Amino acid sequence: MKLSLGKYLLPTYVFLTFLFLGIPIAYTFVFSFNDSIKSNIIWRGFTLDNWINVCNQQEVCDAFANSLIIAVSATLIATVLGTMIAIALVRYRFKFRSATNLLLFLPLATPEVVMGAGLAAQFLDFGWPKGMLTVIIAHTMFTLSFVVVTVKARVATLDPALEEAGRDLYANPAQVFMKITFPLLLPGILAAAMLAFALSFDDFIITQFNSGAIDTFPKFVYTAAARGIPAEANVIGSMVFIVAIAIVVTVQVRSSIKQRKLAKK
Amino acid sequence: MAFVALGGSAPAKQQAPKKAGRVALLLLLPGIAYLALFFLTPLVSLVITSLKVPSATGDIGRYDYGAEIGNYFYAVEQYLPQIIRSFSFALMATIIALLISYPIAYFIAVKARNRPLLKGLLLTLVIAPFFISMLLRTFAWKQIFSNDSWIVNTLKAFGIFGTDSYIIGTDFAVIFGLVYNFIPFMTLPIFSNLDRLDIRLLEASGDLYANPFTTFRKITFPLSLPGVISGTLLTFIPISGDYVVASRDFLGGPDTAMIGNVVEANFLRIQDYPTASALSVMLMAAIVILVSAYVRRSGTDDLL
Repeated sequence: MKLSLGKYLLPTYVFLTFLFLGIPIAYTFVFSFNDSIKSNIIWRGFTLDNWINVCNQQEVCDAFANSLIIAVSATLIATVLGTMIAIALVRYRFKFRSATNLLLFLPLATPEVVMGAGLAAQFLDFGWPKGMLTVIIAHTMFTLSFVVVTVKARVATLDPALEEAGRDLYANPAQVFMKITFPLLLPGILAAAMLAFALSFDDFIITQFNSGAIDTFPKFVYTAAARGIPAEANVIGSMVFIVAIAIVVTVQVRSSIKQRKLAKK
Repeated sequence: MAFVALGGSAPAKQQAPKKAGRVALLLLLPGIAYLALFFLTPLVSLVITSLKVPSATGDIGRYDYGAEIGNYFYAVEQYLPQIIRSFSFALMATIIALLISYPIAYFIAVKARNRPLLKGLLLTLVIAPFFISMLLRTFAWKQIFSNDSWIVNTLKAFGIFGTDSYIIGTDFAVIFGLVYNFIPFMTLPIFSNLDRLDIRLLEASGDLYANPFTTFRKITFPLSLPGVISGTLLTFIPISGDYVVASRDFLGGPDTAMIGNVVEANFLRIQDYPTASALSVMLMAAIVILVSAYVRRSGTDDLL
């Protein structure tokens, strides 16, 4: 009998690889329950203390709060600017189109350390003190292109006939946008916002170059790594993971139910 | 691009004839101006800084405008091993990530095509590592491979490993960590390409007596090449500038420093801005050459 590649080998391989991908996630989760004293390296017993009193490590919580503020602000600005660009790219004809495409693509293709150092050099030249504002500026910059890419895909699936119908029914341009275009784009805009939020929240390199004394969650972990990361950091990492997975799974399940319904019709 | 895969796929609609107008300008201007100010001019700042000379007053961290090309020669002379290491690590990690990721992408896109729930679940698993801080993930590997971990102890007990051997701090550990962190970046673009692969082509190939291997070599792989290229860029570029994995506090050691580590140390610790900037400019130049080779092949509209 021939060993069927597609039947057993490939699924087994996929299963093992996913197991491998999960190892550090499981490790982080398990060690969030470790009854550790200072450094969280050796397993010393199960406790819920770290979860109940996360903010015992004040610095972790402060860093986490900073990360949230930065991610929310950068996401808002990048989503608005990026959605506008995405609509223009799909719907309008204009000069310098390839230059615009290139300018949007370059941040995706630039190593973070280059963007981080460049911006830091510019802030240095301008004499701008590094702080919350400079981090938000930096995060908006590098998430913007991701928003454009994601929203653009959604704009491309819009049927222009729907907007035409709106105009035929005497809706003015603002009404067409608010009642037709925007609601139809909303799933794409939300996906883009979630992506921008995730990217900003997890960013370390660009943040390190432009944050000065402001601590963010990844920056806290990086600094703490030298002496051992406290279990409270694992708690926050695990919490973020659970929330994010819950959101993604909900979206996936809902869209697959919708697809099934459509298939039945 | 990769991330579109997450938004679900719907066929693109024929768009109304595009119109030119002031509206387009109004929509584009704020975002483009933002990128010009905070992405493009910083690159110029980087070039200017890379040519600066130490301040006449002799203060540490103070530099005057200049045209010191010598900064580049100094940077190369001083950090050649790190420069070479960055690109060779990035190359190796990219190749390994491609070999690991391709079968996964193929399985999700082709084998799980008609089972949306399974497909969604598998895609979620691919991006799952994104949801836990990259630094925590990398640190977890450090703990798992640390000197008194059970993995290292088991290897020693079976004699596979010498008693004074270690994993953390070796080239292997750094490349391992890089591969791990960038598997999703490789898998997603290949997936979103294979997702559009017409299965009938594979059936036709089988009907013409091609064995599965020939079908893969002659049809599946060549058609998936854009996805492979996009994944390769999305993996190679960030790895070449990464400095977390190779840091001594994570998976690296004294002899694993990459360009990123040198830029970080020079810029943020010893405040040698010109050298750090010169290295960044060279890294960027290498990437631009790589990307423009890609653009020449495929044009700019497929970039985004």
